[in-house]
Amino acid sequence: MDQTLSERASTVTLRVNGTDRSLTLDHRTTLLDALRDHLDLTGTKKGCDHGQCGACTVLLDGRRVNGCLLFAVACAGRSVTTVEGLTDGEVLHPVQEAFVARDALQCGYCTPGQICSAVALLDEAARGEPSHVTPPERLPGGPVPLTPDEIRERMSGNICRCGAYPNIVAAIEEAAR
Amino acid sequence: MKPFAYVRPERTEEAVAHLAAHPGARFLAGGTNLVDLMKLGVTGPPLLVDLGALPLDGVAETPDGGLLVGATARNSDVAAHPVVRTRYPVLSQALLAGASPQLRNAATTGGNLLQRTRCPYFQDTSTPCNKRVPGSGCPAREGVHRDLAVLGHSAHCVATHPSDMAVALAALDAEVRLRGADGERTVPVTAFHRLPGDRPDLDTVVAPGELITGVALPAPPPGALSAYRKARDRASYAFALASVALVLTVEDGRVGHAALAFGGLAHKPWRARAAEEVLRGAPATAETFRRAADAELAAAEPLRDNGFKVPLARNLAVGLLGDLASRATAAAA
Repeated sequence: MDQTLSERASTVTLRVNGTDRSLTLDHRTTLLDALRDHLDLTGTKKGCDHGQCGACTVLLDGRRVNGCLLFAVACAGRSVTTVEGLTDGEVLHPVQEAFVARDALQCGYCTPGQICSAVALLDEAARGEPSHVTPPERLPGGPVPLTPDEIRERMSGNICRCGAYPNIVAAIEEAAR
Repeated sequence: MKPFAYVRPERTEEAVAHLAAHPGARFLAGGTNLVDLMKLGVTGPPLLVDLGALPLDGVAETPDGGLLVGATARNSDVAAHPVVRTRYPVLSQALLAGASPQLRNAATTGGNLLQRTRCPYFQDTSTPCNKRVPGSGCPAREGVHRDLAVLGHSAHCVATHPSDMAVALAALDAEVRLRGADGERTVPVTAFHRLPGDRPDLDTVVAPGELITGVALPAPPPGALSAYRKARDRASYAFALASVALVLTVEDGRVGHAALAFGGLAHKPWRARAAEEVLRGAPATAETFRRAADAELAAAEPLRDNGFKVPLARNLAVGLLGDLASRATAAAA
């Protein structure tokens, strides 16, 4: 990233699904639009485009974020994982397998965001990070058990207009085992 | 969205200098509110000064037994920090009650304090709004205001401040550290946000070009318990209709330290000084707690459709006071 004050556009390098990608982007380009419109990674979906639905969820340096609320230029030099980057060759990620096994989708539009969010959720709980429903008396240290209530709370940033929530919770419970 | 220039300095003084040199420029932190407001056309800065490379993302214990939370520390990191969870549970709980995991991973301490109201008229550029366009009027007063203020509003603005975190910080007597072109200063969180008066365009006392560098928490009072409770329209991922943050000590059946703050009721986190007057030294009973909440909420001036917030806030406060007092008594037994 050029450290001088650039007027309207900048050339940035993003590490996307393990590969460095260099792009010259208008500063107004969000990470979501950079992925979809400039890198043809259309797995990540645009839902509300205002950070309210979670369809654009991707992993930025391993942490889940809303791609629609980040300017791509501000992600320069960082590592992005999209739903396309979760597979190991032709082998699906365990969370993807669980979504298929539990029929955790209907129309599928929110699913890439749900899956990226769930992948991060498993890491967060394994690291012992609390949620709003984690009992406050539970002291720091050790993984947080993923009860259905914990999964529902931790997935609250991903809206499913079809209402596939029961099977999404079941899929994440299965992936957590 | 209007085009803008972008720069990402690595030193704090450089960031401050950029804002001093470019009128209308804005700092960019997590962007979870600012990027949205730019998309909506509510704001259109000609330059964004990205704070992402500044060394302000730490959380560190201080020699006086307190904690210094950096301005760009992520909401998720602060909520999960072991010292925050064990010594300032009200702060961890308030953070986890706000937004979604994705948003908390991006949102920062300073940005959370500076987020704008979610009043629908403020966010809709096709309507008047005194906060967005001074002097244009306030349709909320007679319009859709169910979620808006019951305390401290004015003829010019009935907006609420949306933060949960700031309500906890108000109850913790935290201080905001600011740095401008002329040096540094510290402002108590309770004096950081303004009431609307006749200048609702000014949310805070931050001067143009000043940067939040961190938030300092004093050592918690010995033996204090603290917690946050929030009421909203759905179980998660919604702004507060009303919320309450409490830091409490009970000694020999009487209230010692009591710091109570309400969220969702006003243009700023509402520190309940009148309630605290009633609480301090009084028997830790439900009767005291009811009197304290009523003493504070006597000042409420509900609008046509938000009167429900007054008993809601009262019940939240009475309930949380009772729960923490019971825990304090049980811990002492």
